[in-house]
Amino acid sequence: MTKPDLDRIITYTEALREATDQEMGRDPSVVIFGLDVDDPKAIQGTTKGLLQKYGKERVFGTPLAEDAMTGAAIGMALAGLRPIHVHIRMDFLLLAMNQLINVAAKSRYMYGGKVNVPLVVRSMIGKSWGQGAQHSQGLYSFFMHVPGLRVVAPTTPYDAKGCLIEAIRDNNPVMYVEHRILHFQKGPVPEASYTVPMGKARITAIGEDITLVGISYMQLECLRAQRYLATVGISAEVIDPIWLSPLDIDTIVASVRKTGRLVVVDNGWTTCGASAEIAAQVAERLQDERPIKIHRMGFAPVTCPTTPALEASFYPTSRDVAAAAHCLVRPGTTWMPEERADLQCIDFKGPF
Amino acid sequence: MTNESLYQSLYRIRRVEEEIAKVYPTDKIKSPVHLSIGQEAVAVGVCEALETRDIAFGTYRSHALYLAKGGDMKQMIAELYGKDTGAARGKGGSMHLIDLPKGIMGTSAVVGTTIANAVGYAYALKYQRKDAVVVSFMGDGATDEGVFHESLNFAALKALPLIFICENNQYAIHTHQKLRQAQANIWERARAYGMVSERIEHNDVFKVYERVKAAVDALRAGQPGPYFFECMTYRWKEHVGPNEDYNLGYRVRSEAEPWMQDDQVPRIGALLDSSVRQPIEAAIEAEIREAFAFAEASPFPAQSELYTAVYDEA
Repeated sequence: MTKPDLDRIITYTEALREATDQEMGRDPSVVIFGLDVDDPKAIQGTTKGLLQKYGKERVFGTPLAEDAMTGAAIGMALAGLRPIHVHIRMDFLLLAMNQLINVAAKSRYMYGGKVNVPLVVRSMIGKSWGQGAQHSQGLYSFFMHVPGLRVVAPTTPYDAKGCLIEAIRDNNPVMYVEHRILHFQKGPVPEASYTVPMGKARITAIGEDITLVGISYMQLECLRAQRYLATVGISAEVIDPIWLSPLDIDTIVASVRKTGRLVVVDNGWTTCGASAEIAAQVAERLQDERPIKIHRMGFAPVTCPTTPALEASFYPTSRDVAAAAHCLVRPGTTWMPEERADLQCIDFKGPF
Repeated sequence: MTNESLYQSLYRIRRVEEEIAKVYPTDKIKSPVHLSIGQEAVAVGVCEALETRDIAFGTYRSHALYLAKGGDMKQMIAELYGKDTGAARGKGGSMHLIDLPKGIMGTSAVVGTTIANAVGYAYALKYQRKDAVVVSFMGDGATDEGVFHESLNFAALKALPLIFICENNQYAIHTHQKLRQAQANIWERARAYGMVSERIEHNDVFKVYERVKAAVDALRAGQPGPYFFECMTYRWKEHVGPNEDYNLGYRVRSEAEPWMQDDQVPRIGALLDSSVRQPIEAAIEAEIREAFAFAEASPFPAQSELYTAVYDEA
């Protein structure tokens, strides 16, 4: 086997487009649709050129009908297609919950294993430039709660491509979560098709003193925090779970067994969230084995405000993560790193 | 379609459900049952116009649809008993019947839900250039739901090979249509979305067959769909369970009586000579005895089954 070509650098959105194109090319049962999928902006470019290449039966915009279109996607999947349903904001999935929870997740089980629902639901989480109450929610923990669904939230362009291909080929419904800011990330992506296997986390930085688990966009803030912590001699291990369901708790537990300290940073609220689930599973596994310290971080427990003056405090930053980690490693001391230009959060510029 | 086949189907459904109602008080059936008694003519009229390869999606009140479309009776009764030999291995119950070889793609407890699934299935069949049509059964209550309107719009937009069947029994549990909808014109609303639509009165099995057959023929000939039929019918029993409920006061028995006098089962039976009718009835009685005996004798699923079929790990 030849080593994957990691010299080619492309964006997250290009990786998504390429994954979709390659899967549509190899399998005529793959179709993609959703609001604006076939419009000139082509979902941040992620569906660009697909209409011209595969035609309007396989690539189409839909009426504004998330409930019925999700149900229709399930019907297509039952008939042997592999639909990809795209939502430009995750908040709109709330209009589709009946179909996702009551039908997509349950059909295989409640029909005694006779049917499959090979469906991919792509949805995007917004941040900054006034995304506000209804364009900013990371609601993936809702879907982690329900047996029958897979949930994935890739951070890098490499994982974006490999996870999307893995999701399309899977015979089960997969909630594929994209953070809007990650769309701008660039990284190495092999041109040839490949999959990133589900249920496997990635250790993105090796360390000894504390484990930082960052979900979706918060993976970037954890990696920045790791660099801040290094300046004061704290060695942080950083983990990207990538797949939230199935969740690779073994990799996280192995890390915390070593470090004894865990900070889970979520791109959502902490209450009943992914961070709560990870913290609980780690505690259950290690509580009789060694003393551990656990801290969760996520959205402030309020509705996301639009004004930048307040929004800045709604999200944990890399400096907040570093400070919290420092507090666990060196209890009784407080420290907040000076902001470094090279570790600044790149905010999303409007209008959209 | 022959008078014999209509009677066979009508009598089979009626008698199975009468047996379910009889057995129900023993608690052997561990599943809510929403009986179709009184409404059989719609499912029978529709399914007589279909082929096995055609696809049907239904509601939680789908015993009639399941049987009329050719669903396996043994698997149905075993499913009601929660047995491993059931249509869904005991994991679905009466509200989630399925028989893939017969084109019965599933039924849902949440009102209106399968309408959208039927639309998607029809989209796939059209894309796959398959010579089959999809039938979506719903009650009048489902037409209150938003998904009904979204689904009809998309089905018309894409001219799908699909037939919507609204079984209008006038009640959503205990609430009459006139307390839920300002206009009693479900069929007209469907037409407004851009499809051929009509109301079929009087629970008339011949009329249902004739109109649906014409629609199926047109779709098979490549004419654009969808079609919509509002089929007027009446539920004789309570919403869920084996009993009558005229004592509750939300409806009166005199409202039901014209429907009972117009019962399609004896109406079609009377068209047959007793030498034809009796063997049909005898065969069905034997099939029912066999189906209940099969359900009784079948094992419950093993404990390990609790954890299977959540995901396809293939």
